[in-house]
Amino acid sequence: MSEKPIVKDLKAILGADSVLTAPEDKVAYSYDAAVVEPVIPIAVVQPKSEKKLGKVITYCYRYGVPLTVRGAGTNLSGGTVPHENGIVVLTGRLDKIIELNVEDMYAVVQPGVITARFARTVEEQGLFYPPDPGSQAVSTLGGNVAENAGGLRGLKYGVTRDYVMGLEFFSAEGDLIKTGSRTVKCVSGYDLAGLLVGSEGTLGVISRIILKLIPYPTARMSMMALFADLLSASQSVAEIIAARVIPATLEFMDRFTIDAVERFSRAGLPTDVEAVLLIEVDGHPAQVEDEAKKVESICRKCGALNVRTAKNDEERDKIWEARRSALSALAKLRPTVVLEDATVPRSKIPQMVQAIEEISREFNVQIGTFGHAGDGNLHPTILTDKRDHDEWKRVESAVEAIFDAALKLGGTLSGEHGIGVAKAPFLYKEVGRASIKYARRIKGALDSRSILNPGKVLWLNDCHRE
Amino acid sequence: MASINRLIAMLESLEDDLVVCMRCGMCQSVCPLYRETRLETDVARGKLAILDGLRNALFEKADGVAKRLQRCLLCGACQAQCPSGVKSVEIFLKARAIISEYQGLPPVKRFILRKILAVPERFHRVMNFLAHCQKLVFKDTNSLSGTSCARIPVPLLGKRHITPLAKKPFHERVPSMYRQSSEGPTVAIFIGCLIDRVFPSVGEAVLKILSKVGAGIYLPGGQLCCGIPALSAGDWATFRNLVRKNAEVFSGEKFDVLVTACATCTAVIKEVWPVMMDDEPPAVFGKIRKISERTVDITEFMIKYGLVEKGKKLSGHLKVTYHDPCHLRKSLGIWKEPRAILDSLDRYTFVEMADADACCGLGGNFGLEHEDLSEGIGLKKAQSVIDTGVDVVATTCPACMIQLSDMLSKLGSGKPVKHVVELYVDGL
Repeated sequence: MSEKPIVKDLKAILGADSVLTAPEDKVAYSYDAAVVEPVIPIAVVQPKSEKKLGKVITYCYRYGVPLTVRGAGTNLSGGTVPHENGIVVLTGRLDKIIELNVEDMYAVVQPGVITARFARTVEEQGLFYPPDPGSQAVSTLGGNVAENAGGLRGLKYGVTRDYVMGLEFFSAEGDLIKTGSRTVKCVSGYDLAGLLVGSEGTLGVISRIILKLIPYPTARMSMMALFADLLSASQSVAEIIAARVIPATLEFMDRFTIDAVERFSRAGLPTDVEAVLLIEVDGHPAQVEDEAKKVESICRKCGALNVRTAKNDEERDKIWEARRSALSALAKLRPTVVLEDATVPRSKIPQMVQAIEEISREFNVQIGTFGHAGDGNLHPTILTDKRDHDEWKRVESAVEAIFDAALKLGGTLSGEHGIGVAKAPFLYKEVGRASIKYARRIKGALDSRSILNPGKVLWLNDCHRE
Repeated sequence: MASINRLIAMLESLEDDLVVCMRCGMCQSVCPLYRETRLETDVARGKLAILDGLRNALFEKADGVAKRLQRCLLCGACQAQCPSGVKSVEIFLKARAIISEYQGLPPVKRFILRKILAVPERFHRVMNFLAHCQKLVFKDTNSLSGTSCARIPVPLLGKRHITPLAKKPFHERVPSMYRQSSEGPTVAIFIGCLIDRVFPSVGEAVLKILSKVGAGIYLPGGQLCCGIPALSAGDWATFRNLVRKNAEVFSGEKFDVLVTACATCTAVIKEVWPVMMDDEPPAVFGKIRKISERTVDITEFMIKYGLVEKGKKLSGHLKVTYHDPCHLRKSLGIWKEPRAILDSLDRYTFVEMADADACCGLGGNFGLEHEDLSEGIGLKKAQSVIDTGVDVVATTCPACMIQLSDMLSKLGSGKPVKHVVELYVDGL
């Protein structure tokens, strides 16, 4: 079916003001936050109710129109870049917190609710929604679920998956599917929510999410530890965990990143250190005090040059400001930023950081590395200028070398950004072709007309698209 | 197609600034317009993307991009928090100018900007006429806030509850002034159109404050608009004209500091003049830069020159809150100073409102061209003010004052809206 009648039908379903077809509007939905080729959709729709969302999907199924759901478009693997014959479905108008149940500690939300806004709202009730992806100020909960977003608190509190109690979603045919419940325990039927979480929009369109909430920790304490070498930083991480202390956040920055942050914000970081750990423990005040002392003495024992503990909120903010500005400080160095998230078992961090340094030298590209030391999720950040074709080729080779290094150390291509299209050519290296074929059979069974975000994730080799 | 190539060539100058955007989308968290519509072309990332699209020949015409570029408050929130440091406001202003140079300005805009705003005598004649006949056109809607609305449909004003023009503008009350000071600094005053025409009492308060510190005063006559209405409409020529003439107006005497009580004028003189005029001949640019470097907001001046004494504060019986004008907080990073001043006033107790730095929604031309969106943003602001339960709301920008009065009046609240300096001099 060609473009014109599709647009006409969509306008009839949703109302003309909810369908964008001007070339300028379509171009504005051709990209996300990943450095991949933009693709211009045939139309962009913004349904104002869950019912209308369902109708759009039924329509797309009938006529075989591919659809890509988009929240805030902050995806870092190209998962929100649409299909050239497809439409983009915006969830921005589905932004209601339908229920916030303090007694039973759960919330029911629509997919377009902004993560940080939701976290703030539950916090006002003394509750805690821990997943805090870097884009939380703008990202949507629907997007977080579809990508199984992580964040800084992964080690202690887990990732988005660990907070999804149930889902309502539309199947490719447009039928409303319900799975999970408002109860802590629920084994009624297949765990379809488990299948949908992290499926990157390829298996269903989420319309409602039931999220688990936990009590807000009553105390917290932050520390910054400086190290002259990588190994002692890594050893500190291992020993902290061996001492049965699980920090809420345990962040790492390498020398290149520290230099950039210092130049950018003059936060008072010494630039003659090789690694910085930023650590926060939270929980009951007595436990926090005890754990903070343990962490400090472990870091010192492992050879930290200095350990600073924040004495008040202002000092705490200062410590985290340094981490928050890491990406920003790096991004300001060059026009193009490729943010990777290769992840290795925690104990392999020194080898991984070393491998990244070697890759940086071998391919002659600038890489700053920071990330979540507690869960082995590193963010090697490549700084480049996409307009320089020769350099860009080297960047692409470096990215592949980073993937290979992570896999060799028993890690994964992506800790939290997803596969999308950016990493799809490499997926077979991690899981093998049989796994992809198996996943494709699921996809084929649930999306027989291949309309749900087609072309993502499941590539059988490095050049094959569906 | 041939002519769009001319535009593409003109846009080439923006390339190095445009590539800085890494499409992370973090601007969505602060854009007041995006919060209303959740549409990508309403936020900086989308605008930068379609500008890049225009530059890369993705569109046959410039109209669609031009229209979307106009849907922006130019509040600078995106720029203030951009992780990559994209100079979005500068890019949008330049792009508007380049596109309207290519397309030509619409006739009505062209007439107003070039034949009225740019010609001081004519501008004042028109404004005097409007001030004279406004009573016939408007009826009072709220006696406390002093707003009125149109009895008959007036193009551009729509359903606005407007603050009327002053009977006698500031420049007729005090046409010019030069007073030397033996010890204090000599302070030049840039009055700005809205203070001149709508809030002359703010100008008078500035004079009182300067007298109090014993500063020298340099208030040259013949001052013109700072140029931002022209530039935001894409009229680069009129903007340049106004800046050049202003530079001339202020070249008569030496001064150490230039103050304005208008957040927008301050930001424009400080931030926009130097980047938009840097291709002027060195002699002219030198004058512009000299003014620009010396420009400070009145509240910053008051703190710097010790007008606010700490520690002698009584607990006031009236409650006051403060609205951060975007051009002061987001462009210039000034937000502590006005609060310190309000906090020092014996008659007042300061109460912070929720989202004090959220835009009021006016955005100059934006408020006239997109009344519904402007109102959506503005009513949220007014509600934040009302929720504090204050007696008066203070700010440091006459344009914000007009919008706040309009929005409060629409919500049926007669809370007076005052400039910080007005409250300060009330206590002298």
